[in-house]
Amino acid sequence: MDLFSTFFNIPVLMQSLPQLMNGLLVTIGIGATSIIAGLIGGLFLAVLRLYAGPVVIALVRGYIDVFRSIPLLVLLIIVYYALPFVGIRLSPFFSAVTALTLVSSAYTAEIFRAGIEAIPKGQFEASAALGLSNRYIMTDVILPQAIRIVIPPLTNNCINVLKDTALASVVAMPDLLKQATQAQALAANPTPLIGAAVIYLILLLPMVRFVARLEKRFSRGRA
Amino acid sequence: MTAPLIKISNLRKTYGSFVALHGIDLEITQGEVLCVVGPSGSGKSTLIRCINHLEPFEDGSEITVDGIPVRPGPDLDQVRAEVGMVFQSFNLFPHMTVLRNVMLAPIRVRKMSEADAEKRARDLLERVGISVQADKYPAQLSGGQQQRVAIARALAMEPRVLLFDEPTSALDPEMVGEVLDVMKKLAGTGVTMVVVTHEMGFARQVADRVLFMDGGAIIEAGTPSEIFDTPREERTRNFLHAVLDH
Repeated sequence: MDLFSTFFNIPVLMQSLPQLMNGLLVTIGIGATSIIAGLIGGLFLAVLRLYAGPVVIALVRGYIDVFRSIPLLVLLIIVYYALPFVGIRLSPFFSAVTALTLVSSAYTAEIFRAGIEAIPKGQFEASAALGLSNRYIMTDVILPQAIRIVIPPLTNNCINVLKDTALASVVAMPDLLKQATQAQALAANPTPLIGAAVIYLILLLPMVRFVARLEKRFSRGRA
Repeated sequence: MTAPLIKISNLRKTYGSFVALHGIDLEITQGEVLCVVGPSGSGKSTLIRCINHLEPFEDGSEITVDGIPVRPGPDLDQVRAEVGMVFQSFNLFPHMTVLRNVMLAPIRVRKMSEADAEKRARDLLERVGISVQADKYPAQLSGGQQQRVAIARALAMEPRVLLFDEPTSALDPEMVGEVLDVMKKLAGTGVTMVVVTHEMGFARQVADRVLFMDGGAIIEAGTPSEIFDTPREERTRNFLHAVLDH
């Protein structure tokens, strides 16, 4: 067998393509759910981390440090294989989403915090002096400015979450990678794996380019 | 004599071991234009930033605005709604148009309708001479124009008192006049104003009362002519010499 028919076997690819596409949908489902939950959780944590009382701040800081330190694969295996021992039994989908969200919200919290801290003190003072409540100071004045600053690092984080969805295959989640390994076993040919790799690239390369362009624009001055 | 609009008693403020304000007592009446002058570091900005609690102050100090005590808690936003502030560095919201900058607080704090807030904002921008630029963003305006928008933004809340924290200090010299003109017109409308300033000409012409501060204390207070023509205190005389004779 030559290299081409081993790795780029078109009939095998065509045969496995529907399966890979199903896997892609699952990957996007896990990724999108985790990204959105991570954004909401991260924003919430960031605001607590900045403005809550000392006890809550210490707890949030502990959370952020722990979930930035723990390897995602370890966390995922704990959620899926260990939690059932205390009666918490999550489906593969929710195990993956839970693990990804726990970690993603820790990273996102730090990104949002940096964004909020980058807003000049005068913006807080001017809005407070007008009598705006803390809620409106955040939603109307600070966050709209902070979000522009954090779009590049947040997009980076989204890329990481999407890539990390591949780990879900270890908890029997039929995501893109899992489908590819199954198709490979079935066809006794690694082409589906190459196909999956290409699909990951098609999904993520535009986002990587997008971040690079944003970062260039921001480093040149205000976008 | 009516009750004072702002009553400050024994106002103390420290930064670590440094005492920024040494137990200030001060009453400001409705409609008064009070100018606060003094060397940098004399505590004059700190003093007016305490009035709306942008600076927290020591226990035992007391400030009331229109009878409401200034302290952290639910009353504070209410006090701040009645106390407008204009900053040295304008602090306009850069992501909103000029019009939106002026409309925001009336909508959010006074629960005014969009239409009413817009009408009020356009009227105020007209008054400060910025009506043409209403739909521009702050960064597209000159410093003097930005500061006039900031004044309109503060006025949109119809505050009982307006605090000015060195409103012309960050401006290019040719733009100082346009901002002072707006403030002079305002002073004529009977709004209570507390102005921290280095513009002695403005203080002399517009103030009802001038306060000279140094080292975190009020050294001398009086009418403009008392302070500028016949200062009683040595420190006042030295300061006026330094700023006026050059």
